[in-house]
Amino acid sequence: MSRISVVFFEVEILDAKTKDKLCFLDKVEPNATIGEIKSMFHKSHPQWYPARQSIRLDPKGKSLKDEDVLQHLPVGTTATFYFRDLGAQISWVTVFLTEYTGPLVIYLMFYFRVPFIYASKYDFTTSKHWVVHLACMCHSFHYVKRLLETLFVHRFSHGTMPLRNIFKNCTYYWGFAAWMAYYINHPLYTPPIYGEQQIRLALIIFLFCQIGNFSIHIALRNLRPPGSKTRKIPYPTKNPFTWIFLLVSCPNYTYELGSWLGFTLMTQCLPVAFFTLVGFVQMTVWAKGKHRSYLKEFRDYPPLRSPILPFIL
Amino acid sequence: MASSEEDGTVEEKENNNKKRTKSALVTAWLTFYNIAMTAGWLVLAITMMRFYIQRGTHKGLYRSIARTLKFFQTFALVEVRLTFVGIVKTSVIVNGVQVCSRIFMVWFVTNSIRQIQNEESVILFLVVWTVMEISRYSYYTFSLLHHLPYFIKWARYNFFIVLYPLGVAGELLTIYAALPFVRRSGMYSMRLPNKYNVSFDYYYCLIIVMLSYIPLFPQLYLHMLRQRRRVLHGEVIVEKDE
Repeated sequence: MSRISVVFFEVEILDAKTKDKLCFLDKVEPNATIGEIKSMFHKSHPQWYPARQSIRLDPKGKSLKDEDVLQHLPVGTTATFYFRDLGAQISWVTVFLTEYTGPLVIYLMFYFRVPFIYASKYDFTTSKHWVVHLACMCHSFHYVKRLLETLFVHRFSHGTMPLRNIFKNCTYYWGFAAWMAYYINHPLYTPPIYGEQQIRLALIIFLFCQIGNFSIHIALRNLRPPGSKTRKIPYPTKNPFTWIFLLVSCPNYTYELGSWLGFTLMTQCLPVAFFTLVGFVQMTVWAKGKHRSYLKEFRDYPPLRSPILPFIL
Repeated sequence: MASSEEDGTVEEKENNNKKRTKSALVTAWLTFYNIAMTAGWLVLAITMMRFYIQRGTHKGLYRSIARTLKFFQTFALVEVRLTFVGIVKTSVIVNGVQVCSRIFMVWFVTNSIRQIQNEESVILFLVVWTVMEISRYSYYTFSLLHHLPYFIKWARYNFFIVLYPLGVAGELLTIYAALPFVRRSGMYSMRLPNKYNVSFDYYYCLIIVMLSYIPLFPQLYLHMLRQRRRVLHGEVIVEKDE
């Protein structure tokens, strides 16, 4: 029997800033992935779990992906990698669940007029305006939908994000939810000027965009087989709500904007308008980034598409 | 092939020339701007001193310099644009926060709340601002002209150690003095019910502004200390990575 000799690699990991030798691994399989190397590094440095490791070929270069295979990288049989600590990490799912549960609960607290928010004579009373009840249902529906999507629909390409993001994000969502809910459920709330017509139109816009947003999330999920991190160009499906893909790269954001415009119209509340505006600015930034990376990655990307608003933005 | 290569280098040279004239224009404009600002704050300083020497009191001093102060302080908004575009190498956020707080004080506190214009705290921060701005703008001017006397550099990076906290004290005391007048007049405030379903209480807004000094001031102060160590002692500061 002839023995097939395998060339083992040696891997040394240096600190990207101080260039100190942090770890030396010998007898590493040539088909080992960066992910596996991260696990090995984690064993010698238990405080740096794989999610917070950034491994790169160059101290100032881009992070290598977990799927990259050692022997396909431009390294010799002794590979030198540089390590950067990304800081404490938290999973996207955890962040989303926390971000979205807050507004749901907080809004309901204002809706039921829990004590110490409004004057004590209003404690646990309900508003006499039916639009306030409708608004509560819509707002709650929106966040329940988001929670369910986080648990069952979304496929995340990154597992984690830096821990400090959760404080930033929760402050934003929870703070705005409290600010909006305070005025909508206030005893001195003024219903929309154009009354029933305005509310009906707003509700139609809101529901239309909620369904649209959900359809896009489903379409994006179906692009990606379970457990994979591949990226493909999204195209319109049989669902008419996805036909907007012909004109827009990130229609989920378009529909999200529409939902909040509907909610603003429904409640006629300036803080809601403000929240919609801030959200729109942030989503435009994300949409432009996504659009740019689509264009970079795919040569045949449909030229008619705009990032978030058809033909405009 | 050869001709296209030549075209390339000619184009490059043209671009380089364009860049050089552009940066010469920018430098000239910046120098002019800094000279003008130094002059403006000097005028303010001299006017304030003359007023005090002639009248012997600080009452009415603010009124006499109000317009000049508003003009030159508001003009500093230009700097935010410059840092944003990258022409001036200061952090946009640091510069932005400083200019915003100045504009806020001048337009939304001392300008609108007449009753506090004769407070001593107003004079305190006016004196602090004047000294700091004169040393800052003259520092920039002389740097751009490549003729920086050491004492100006020294002044710019040492005065702030005492003046920053004094200025903050002056500003906070002024806002605090303004609170009862704001509450009584209900200025800049909006109450429920109204058709926009929003309310705004300027009184609480001012309290929040005062509280915001607690996180913001130490950061600006430490930033200046770091700059000072770098410029005066040539220490290499390793900034925290994002």
